Amino acid sequence: MREPLLAVTDLRKSFGALAVTDGVSFDVHGNELHAIIGPNGAGKTTLIHQLSGNLASDSGKVRFAGEDITKLSMVERVRRGLARSFQITSILDGFTVIENAAMAVQARSGSSFRFLRPASKERRLNDEAMAALARVKLDDRAHRRAGSLSHGEKRQLEIAIALATGAKLLLLDEPLAGTGHEESAVLVALMQELKQTHTIVLIEHDMDAVFALADRVSVLVYGRLIATGTPEEVRTHPEVRAAYLGEEEAA
Amino acid sequence: MSAGSDVAVSGAVPDVAPRRGGMLAGRGSALAAALIFSALAVLPPIALAIGDPFLVVMATRIVVFAIAALSLDLVLGYGAMVSFGHAAFVGLGAYAVAILASHGIDDVLVQALAAILLCSLFALVTGAISLRTKGVYFIMITLAFGQMAYFFMVSLSAYGGDDGLTLSARSTLFGLPVLAGDISLFYASLAVLVLAFLGLRALTLSRFGRVLRGTRENPIRMQAIGFQPFAFQLTAYVIAGALAGLAGVLLANQAEFVSPAYMSWQRSGELIVMVVLGGMGTLVGPIGGAIAFLLLEDWLAHFSEHWKLGLGVLLVLLVLFTRGGIAGGVERLFGRARP
Amino acid sequence: MFNLFLLQALNGVQFGILLFLVAAGLTLIFGIMDMINLAHGVLYMVGAYFAATFTALTGDFLFGLAIALPAALLFGLVLEFLIFRHLYERDHLDQVLATFGLILILNEGVKIVWGAAPMSVPIPEILSGAIPLIGPLQYPFYRIAIIAAGLLTAVGLWLLVNHTRIGMLLRAGAVNAPMVSALGVDIRRLFMLVFGFGAMLAGFAGAMVAPILSVEPGMGDGVLILTFVVIVIGGVGSVRGAFVAAILVGLVDTLGRTFGPIVLRAVMDPSAASQTGRTLAPMLIYILMAAVLFFRPSGLFPAKGAAA
Repeated sequence: MREPLLAVTDLRKSFGALAVTDGVSFDVHGNELHAIIGPNGAGKTTLIHQLSGNLASDSGKVRFAGEDITKLSMVERVRRGLARSFQITSILDGFTVIENAAMAVQARSGSSFRFLRPASKERRLNDEAMAALARVKLDDRAHRRAGSLSHGEKRQLEIAIALATGAKLLLLDEPLAGTGHEESAVLVALMQELKQTHTIVLIEHDMDAVFALADRVSVLVYGRLIATGTPEEVRTHPEVRAAYLGEEEAA
Repeated sequence: MSAGSDVAVSGAVPDVAPRRGGMLAGRGSALAAALIFSALAVLPPIALAIGDPFLVVMATRIVVFAIAALSLDLVLGYGAMVSFGHAAFVGLGAYAVAILASHGIDDVLVQALAAILLCSLFALVTGAISLRTKGVYFIMITLAFGQMAYFFMVSLSAYGGDDGLTLSARSTLFGLPVLAGDISLFYASLAVLVLAFLGLRALTLSRFGRVLRGTRENPIRMQAIGFQPFAFQLTAYVIAGALAGLAGVLLANQAEFVSPAYMSWQRSGELIVMVVLGGMGTLVGPIGGAIAFLLLEDWLAHFSEHWKLGLGVLLVLLVLFTRGGIAGGVERLFGRARP
Repeated sequence: MFNLFLLQALNGVQFGILLFLVAAGLTLIFGIMDMINLAHGVLYMVGAYFAATFTALTGDFLFGLAIALPAALLFGLVLEFLIFRHLYERDHLDQVLATFGLILILNEGVKIVWGAAPMSVPIPEILSGAIPLIGPLQYPFYRIAIIAAGLLTAVGLWLLVNHTRIGMLLRAGAVNAPMVSALGVDIRRLFMLVFGFGAMLAGFAGAMVAPILSVEPGMGDGVLILTFVVIVIGGVGSVRGAFVAAILVGLVDTLGRTFGPIVLRAVMDPSAASQTGRTLAPMLIYILMAAVLFFRPSGLFPAKGAAA
């Protein structure tokens, strides 16, 4: 079998005595949508910080596209094609929608130490940014100020920015957080479409969305993966039912 | 970071709004700058006509400090780095003139080149160390480095030490005393100001400037798309230092005297006040701020030798009684220029 | 040579002790409130003026000092009430501007109240004279008294910070202020206490130097910058760091000024050595600061991280 795109081996992170990521291992294959679910406080956000390079791991290994990236910074990981979105929307409110995406294109196309030509007039950057916006259906909003978008549109822009980095693998940190029913339907359709071209690691609370989208699901509880498998396998996994789904149904 | 997620959809401005606009923010800024520059350009003939040549001297000082404030705005307004040591660069630039002149090197181009190199180097070293930290550390460290430069000049007795150094004459260009007249010095300074304004305008809109502005808004986001903020912030710090050094070259010529007082931390504080009063993150703001500040200083000084008291009270009241600080208050008073 | 070294080392310690008194309160203000305060140096100046005034009124320095301390505390509390408590929630730039304005006000204010001319305060009778050290070497008794008073204050602070409930809150606050607030502690009252107490310590330092330095407007400005250097080296929020760094800065500065030219004489001719030494000596502490920052961006005793 060929090497997975992302291979995580025995990843650990502790804050003081608290092991927040406790020996996590999993593989993500090319063009797979791999969801990571878990109850609140399971350590999902810490894990995505470790995968994206925002937070250094205590031990363990992360390999991406055949290369050990464990020690690399967030910037170096993005350049290799591993991009993330943020759970708390962190687009640049003061810039236009297209500039938010164009900046991500700029980061990978040529030096940014250019001081004279107006960046917003660079055709190539804008064209690629527009393509990313078109994929998330935001092209008609391109010239609005990003801060003026609705919450759902901001979530779409988050994804467009990750796309615009030219990433092979998208780490999506709760893209549905805070969205209403309609907004969430738009985003689920969008991810369904993205699956065709990108490998995705999806961290999400919304179970309906996860089971509709995921090829495989891993369940994180107190920093450990207690199960990995197809949605069907996970749904019927006794430990998962006990630790997580049962708890939800009971609640 | 700015929590602007609830901005009203309907009233959105389609362009890039500055984080904190002042009285001269927005797209009217180019027009405002053109008006200021034209008014300054016609000032000398008017001053001569009404028989008040001192106006030109005053205007030269204003233009010089406008250049310095403009350079600080790149760091403070566009880079979101609260640097409290900016006057050191102005002083180093001024000393480059005085020290070279005392060794017989009068040419303004050589002096300006030396000032730019010296200030760039100082900014590169101190900036690289300061930018390893954030927040209150950054403020204290830039202040301390500024003070280090100040004490260095105070103890450099070979070049006047605490007393400063008087220039025997203004700088020359290829041996010609082109800056000897107050009016020619004024126009030379104004030319530098206009060029600096146009240069920084291009810079802030360029690829580099866009990354700098993005970092101001959200450094983590910028890292997540592949930019390392440090290199951009340091570059901005060096460019600003070099430009402030150029202001120092002009200041030395204007006063025909240099002294460590140019680099005192009070001077740095005054530069910050100019930038914030005028509107940081807008290029025309610091120019307006420098004009307002120096005129205010001049005006207050007529009333009392204790004019600094008035300035202090004004600062405290402005911060306390305007929500969101001075810039926010000024913005509410004058309204942000909208297209 | 050894005698000179001993004398200068004592001077360095005495200088460091004064810096510590100013820095102790300020480092807590920075650490707990994440607030930049440029006006702490003027509190030192105000303390010196209070001491001078009350000494003149009572005719005795110790009485004067005894009144100056609560006066400085009161002054700090009034400033906190009028200005600082409105700045805690503001961004650093607003704090910089307002406290810069306050410096201008107080520096001009003392000129208006006490005049621009320096004032001098006589060393109190019982603390005058000198004590013999070794051989013919003597050291002014008053400076010994400053060192002793400073050390006593440091011990008192150490007990306060490490062995009282308030100290526990201060230490916790320096690491995580929102957490302390979540524990149900009235954080505003804690801030007020820290501020008032910090003002009194700075005032105490100013009062104690009044007999050996001239009391004049702007005397706090230089001290403020040195205090910043101390806090940066020691680590924001750490009283222990402030103590170690203050003594370090005091010693390096004092010894550097005396021995820099002497050491340089070994490698260059005497006049060049004294010139170079005098030029470089004032920069030593800044070079020290840069070196510490280079290796430890959060200072020697970080209470919490300063680096990204």
